[in-house]
Amino acid sequence: MTKIEAVIQNSKLDAVKAALQEIGVEGMTVLEVRGHGRQKGHTEVYRGREYSVDLIPKTKLELVLADAMVDKAVQAILGAARTGKIGDGKIFLTRVDDAIRIRNDERGEGAL
Amino acid sequence: MLNRKRRIAWLATPILVLAFAQVLCAQTSAPSPSTDTNARLAKLEQQVADAKSSADNAWMLTSSALVLMMTGPGLALFYCGLVRKKNVLGTMMQSFALMAVITVLWGLFSYSLSFGAGNSFIGGLHNLFLNGVGAAPDPDYAATIPAQTFMVYQLMFAIITPGLIAGAFAERMKFSAMLAFMVLWSIIVYNPMAHMVWGKGGLLNASLGGRFPTLDFAGGTVVHVTSGVSALVCAMYLGKRLGYPKQPMPPHSVVLSFIGACLLWVGWFGFNAGSALAAGSLATSAFVATHFGAAAAAIGWAAAEWLRNGKASVLGGISGAVAGLVAITPAAGFVKPMPALLIGLIAGVFCYCMVAIVKAKFGYDDSLDAFGVHGAGGTLGALLTGIFAVSAVNPIFKDAQGNTLPSGLIDGNAHQVLNQLVGIAIAWVIAIVGTLIILKLVDVAIGLRVSEEEEVQGLDLSQHGEEGYYWETPA
Repeated sequence: MTKIEAVIQNSKLDAVKAALQEIGVEGMTVLEVRGHGRQKGHTEVYRGREYSVDLIPKTKLELVLADAMVDKAVQAILGAARTGKIGDGKIFLTRVDDAIRIRNDERGEGAL
Repeated sequence: MLNRKRRIAWLATPILVLAFAQVLCAQTSAPSPSTDTNARLAKLEQQVADAKSSADNAWMLTSSALVLMMTGPGLALFYCGLVRKKNVLGTMMQSFALMAVITVLWGLFSYSLSFGAGNSFIGGLHNLFLNGVGAAPDPDYAATIPAQTFMVYQLMFAIITPGLIAGAFAERMKFSAMLAFMVLWSIIVYNPMAHMVWGKGGLLNASLGGRFPTLDFAGGTVVHVTSGVSALVCAMYLGKRLGYPKQPMPPHSVVLSFIGACLLWVGWFGFNAGSALAAGSLATSAFVATHFGAAAAAIGWAAAEWLRNGKASVLGGISGAVAGLVAITPAAGFVKPMPALLIGLIAGVFCYCMVAIVKAKFGYDDSLDAFGVHGAGGTLGALLTGIFAVSAVNPIFKDAQGNTLPSGLIDGNAHQVLNQLVGIAIAWVIAIVGTLIILKLVDVAIGLRVSEEEEVQGLDLSQHGEEGYYWETPA
């Protein structure tokens, strides 16, 4: 099993969600986050005082998938979230040891 | 031809005789003509006076409500949007508390100290507990409205004035210290200043024979210079907020400030046009000047910002409008619409420079720019009033024979600029000295600032035990 964490542009959430559902991904967790990578923030000016905002609002998706699904899912996210400009975000993959369904103690890929 | 003319004359004669007879009969049939007409005339005059009084009173009660709306929610929203979200309630409460506290003081003794007959500097105690302030008008102030309407209208000014100072000590003053400060400030600074400019026998009163007649239609010196200058003193005495200016402290909601500023703009019609104390053409003139001043200043500030930063901001636009409203306040009932535009434009650019350039240079933390907008804009407006006032709008100065004299510099009365300077100087001195004394007193008695811990936590929790925004409410 692999955990996919994808940080994407807020405006791309609907497109990514649709692309994942199309390839059969059944569950995901979506978080509103703030952060920055290479994309620098912006400055705001209030009554002549400048404030630099370097933590930009982003959307983060978390999904844990059976290994057979991972490549397809990554391709789906890349296809839907890419604009080609700085600030498109990143995808992180992590090995997951186990998954447990709270309702009935089911374990492993069957619990996903 | 001749024959025909003669015939017409013959025909006309009996008609004339008949008509004359009828008039005679009509006159003899009324028993006592002169007493009846006089009684009816007197009744009519009374009815006309009553109608005028009702009309004026309707406008003045409306204006009173409008001016109260400027404090809550106007000023409360304008200021609370500019602070960080942990201080939103604390800031709103500073405005709201005054609506309650100053009202009580006003009824007990402040009205008497401001508008009761007294010496040149302060009113007497004749109107203590509103004694003698009833339905009958006080002709020295407003001959057509009940004295009680005048009293409650002036109360709304007394409420908002100290509220303006709160912008200088935002986010760091104890609620208890704020209350004590405001009560003392209202008594020591506001009441004497209101008496001097507007009260019977006041030193600066232009319409009731003051020693230095200062033109101040709706409170440029009384309200804005006193509060703005006191704000500067407060900001310097209290010191900066923790982390200022290194830590960013952007407004938490320009949206709230926007709504507040627009409410202020609308309420200001009550403030300025209401200061005509009647519903006549002077109120119209002040209404128009007010609106024009605000519009031009919004453009002035936003344009200055656009040139300097490359963008015209919403906060800049609304701050400019408020600056223009401040500057036009003393002038509203004395100037024509075109000078009002000019006053507004100058005020917008001037206040922007005060806030964006001068404040940064001197480094004081006038958190919400109470001095930059009200102190600077009020001083500028009071001075420009002396230049642009004309007797065609408001014939306030008269000689012994009752002839109208020129009002301001462009009207041919250069001396008025000097009188305005005297008024401004007195307002500055009272504000600085009074505020320093009060701050020292309250500081020694109970301390002014919240503890560092409380300041980090925010006024909402530390002073009031509440939070303005509680999104995580469980379902």
